[in-house]
Amino acid sequence: MTTTTPTTAVNTAGGPPARPLGKPFGRSRLTSRGIANAVVLIAALYTMLPALWLVLASTKNADALFGSDIFSLGDFSFARNLSDLFSMDGGLYGEWYVNSLLYAVVGALVGSLISVSAGYAFDKYEFRHKEKLFGLVLTGVMVPPTVLALPLYLVASNVGMVNTFWAVFIPVLFNPFGVYLARLLSSGYVPNEVLEASRMDGAGELQTYFRVSLRMLGPGFVTVFLFQLTAIWNNFFLPMVMLSDQHLYPLSLGLYTWNSAATVSPEYYPLVVIGSLLAVVPLIAAFVLLQRYWKSGLTAGSVK
Amino acid sequence: MSSKRKAPPSAAAADPPRRTGRRQQRIAATVLLTPFTALLIAVFLIPVGYAIYLSLFSEDHEGLGFGGGRTVFTGLRSYLSVLQDPSFLSGFGTIALYCVIFVPLVVISSLALALVLDSGLIRLRRTAQMLVYLPHAVPGIIAAVIWLYLYTPGLSPVIKLFAQADITIDFLGLHTVLPSIVNIALWSGLGYNMIIFYAALQALPREVIEAATIDGAGGIRTALQVKVPIVRASVVLVCMFSLIGALQLFTEPMLMNQATPMVNSRFTPNMYIYDAAFRRNNYGLASAASVILLIVTCVLSYAVTRWSGRRERRVG
Repeated sequence: MTTTTPTTAVNTAGGPPARPLGKPFGRSRLTSRGIANAVVLIAALYTMLPALWLVLASTKNADALFGSDIFSLGDFSFARNLSDLFSMDGGLYGEWYVNSLLYAVVGALVGSLISVSAGYAFDKYEFRHKEKLFGLVLTGVMVPPTVLALPLYLVASNVGMVNTFWAVFIPVLFNPFGVYLARLLSSGYVPNEVLEASRMDGAGELQTYFRVSLRMLGPGFVTVFLFQLTAIWNNFFLPMVMLSDQHLYPLSLGLYTWNSAATVSPEYYPLVVIGSLLAVVPLIAAFVLLQRYWKSGLTAGSVK
Repeated sequence: MSSKRKAPPSAAAADPPRRTGRRQQRIAATVLLTPFTALLIAVFLIPVGYAIYLSLFSEDHEGLGFGGGRTVFTGLRSYLSVLQDPSFLSGFGTIALYCVIFVPLVVISSLALALVLDSGLIRLRRTAQMLVYLPHAVPGIIAAVIWLYLYTPGLSPVIKLFAQADITIDFLGLHTVLPSIVNIALWSGLGYNMIIFYAALQALPREVIEAATIDGAGGIRTALQVKVPIVRASVVLVCMFSLIGALQLFTEPMLMNQATPMVNSRFTPNMYIYDAAFRRNNYGLASAASVILLIVTCVLSYAVTRWSGRRERRVG
């Protein structure tokens, strides 16, 4: 994606060499360069300043948060906030963190495997009612998870699963967009000739899938995994509807509860701030480490 | 529900053996598809079906709720009461107003940003892209917390800054609360939509742009007359996602609801559903509202997909 990009002489370190293509040759190059860079700078400030505020605010105690100038370094209670965060309410925050990791990491792993397998089957095999079933998948893509939250609650309460780990874990495994994406990626990444060759060698279909195809689908798998990880980590409506036991909460719901507590007892404010900061870390890390995968997912999803 | 997640069935193996290859492929397809199909049934079809069923019935809680009461068929009565409820309709009004502000804002700003990044004039392009994209990795509830605190008098450095210039600013007032929510969504979505547009622009053949440049078109003219028309499909896509996302609005206003009386507990359709189910304990009403929201969402995304498909065919 980046190799076809026209780049200017002054480029990021490690970028491709300068290739002056598609540049405006107007008389006021300097002005337009200045304006263009200013626009991007403003956009970057707009997106980064609130994040910077979160980082700075996480070093303040409750008094300083309300009182002093946020940029003054006079009060530095990051360590204090951190220990308060994990000791408040009997260490609930740590439990929420573990829960979020369980819901999101395990859920996304299992969910992606289910979606990628289904997408692969849609791409490589012929079976009865195939396109009808795929139509249902596409309908599922169109229905956002929040619309399903209440119906899911009604079913779960009927079978006595409300307020259990599974009430959140099972629904988040369902990822029709992942199936759609995996079918697309499978036709791109796994040539049918490979399957034929594997069949010639006498390998079974499932053996071929797990040993050969899944490996070739690796990047696609990571893409689906990342999308699902983000979606589950961000999930709020479903746990809110399903869970009443605070020990089962994911971070999103826990922070929401603490935020409502803060309106009455302000000592929760610094905890919500630093708790939010820590809750963002895994996703940022995943995105920075796995950058190229989400890019491929985005373009696959948008260009079609 | 767990019984639905059955292990891959071995029943398929009992089929009369035809050609081994064919049979093997059918078994493989069954094994690979069964977990997903089970999920599709258990967490999609059954819940939707059950919500429709519940929306047509209502529970009589005469006996103080002991034994669940009697279930009586009420037909479309729940739908009528939802559709006649001004607070449900005003939720859609809120969404409509939100879309009027949000959709043009996010499309224009992210497209402009993508065009500027594509112009080849930007220093540190990749870093800039990363920084603008970063908020998308911030969970919705946390984005809402950050901005809510930036809107809260006493906490907010922004309000303090304005106060030093003797300007009183209220981000959570009657007329400002909706733009404030739009701003949260814009902050989260700007980079994501920018990447979608940028990817579409990158797919343009460079020769087209070179040709336009040789023909004497300036950077801005090339952008508006050559690039924008070609990424029209992506514009439609972004509009579609924004509209459907807007209908689901829940997290941000739910958090705002704790901070300002300007956001009531039935501010958006999803909040109405939550309120009906868990504050008023009226599952019939909540189901009917869910079904209505489901239908509106599906009709909308189907219509936009069809429209964009037709348009692409005509252009192409």
